[in-house]
Amino acid sequence: MSEIQDELKRDVLRNMLSQGRRADGRGNFDYRAIQIVKNPLQNAEGSALCHLGKTQVLCGVKVDLAMPFSDRPDEGVLSTGAEFSPLGSHTFEPGPPSRAAIELARVVDRGIRSSETIDLKALAIEGMDKVQAIYIDLWILDHDGNLFDASMLAAMAALQGTRMPKVEDKKLIRTESAGMLNPKVPVVSCTFAKVDERILIDPTMDEHKGIDGQLTIATTPEHVCAVQKSGWAAFSQKDILDLVDQSFSKAVELRRALD
Amino acid sequence: MSSKTSKVALTRDDGKRLDGRADDELRPISIEAHVLNDADGSALVIWGKNKVVAGVFGPRECVPRHDQSPYRAVLRCRYNMAPFCSLEEHGRSGPSRRSQELSKVISEAFENVVIAESYPKTAIDVYIDILQSDGGTRCAALTAAAVALADAGIPMKDMLSAVAVGKVEGRLVLDLSKEEDNFGQSDNPMAFASRNGEVLLYQMDGLLTREEVKAGIEMGHKASREVLKLQLDALARVYEQPHETTVPLQLAPGQKFAPPQPA
Repeated sequence: MSEIQDELKRDVLRNMLSQGRRADGRGNFDYRAIQIVKNPLQNAEGSALCHLGKTQVLCGVKVDLAMPFSDRPDEGVLSTGAEFSPLGSHTFEPGPPSRAAIELARVVDRGIRSSETIDLKALAIEGMDKVQAIYIDLWILDHDGNLFDASMLAAMAALQGTRMPKVEDKKLIRTESAGMLNPKVPVVSCTFAKVDERILIDPTMDEHKGIDGQLTIATTPEHVCAVQKSGWAAFSQKDILDLVDQSFSKAVELRRALD
Repeated sequence: MSSKTSKVALTRDDGKRLDGRADDELRPISIEAHVLNDADGSALVIWGKNKVVAGVFGPRECVPRHDQSPYRAVLRCRYNMAPFCSLEEHGRSGPSRRSQELSKVISEAFENVVIAESYPKTAIDVYIDILQSDGGTRCAALTAAAVALADAGIPMKDMLSAVAVGKVEGRLVLDLSKEEDNFGQSDNPMAFASRNGEVLLYQMDGLLTREEVKAGIEMGHKASREVLKLQLDALARVYEQPHETTVPLQLAPGQKFAPPQPA
């Protein structure tokens, strides 16, 4: 039954795109409305709720003390997880993280890690074998497409609002603040979907059903810092460079939502 | 819970509780119904510092099929804590012994009120996420799940409202805070059917006399009527002031969501 519905939605999507239209009236390179609520949670050291159209992604950041990785004893730990909570979509099932959830967490992690927006060296603690660990957890509350960009925005907004607890006598004192985490650069991502030979930005859930592939490009103001191509569609080499250009220009708009 | 004389003082000099409440006073509570787009029904409960979201799907096809009943819909509630929900260290989501037990008794509480016979071979899934915890999450979870089920249009014989009663420094108190739960003498989460006051969930630990059990249940039942009013008000507001569906996690406890006015 749902396969038939998906097939019909695919047809409708292709028909509309061939007439240069999208179901919600957007242009091919228009984002849906973005709204970010900063620090809606109080127990987490940082949090943000990102609304991208009807997609709702919550991000919680916890700060702990942990053993560093043995090959990087002088660096803090950064860890990103994503939970496709079954209340977020009728397609999510309870249980261990799906491949899609792991992919999402890893792409967001790569964007944050390779941009060096978090100074991991600054998370080491003088005279102590443990380091500070930053746990970023993405919680999908409502899936209406484009989880990559919504999650990247939620993670970035949560990191920007993260208060670092004080470290004293080799213990964390959560009731006292040692200032903000202050990520150095804002990282945002742009996700492009490919349908036949057409490309559109910020696909909704219905559009996801009809697309052949997608390309997510995360950027800082100067650099590309993470890319993920998914789906079976191939992108031409020229397409990729055009979309890198597009993502630099669209990123300006996304970063405005983070202010 | 174990020590009879708590090591942490839980009463202020003026006789009030640490957070300034009287013994029979609830924490401020906000309830919003219909906060999710994809779920068939949903609710957000902000109860003191607790923040709980519930989403309902169904009746829908029941997979795996060995879960099916030829006579009624199976009701599957899942209580899950987000890894960032506590003030302490980063946690782990997914089933723990505690969350498995809570999921079981919460499912059974709703089996009493949901009219499941109308939907044989189907499943009604109730997913409850604890996004922030501060003592009393299971009562907030039950309260949210009841509103979400009603929002999903699942036929129920009765509404369900939950509250905890505890014993702190020798006195019965309503709606234990985290400190009172950790250092008090007894914790009694309970859920009531709204029409006849029957007890649909009851758990207890610590030590109480028979008289204290009686007084505790009466105290809980009375308070559950206040919770019920908030639940019904939340459901009515979905239709009185339709607005875009969002989870207003930023609400202060006790506050009602005021949807932004269209410009």
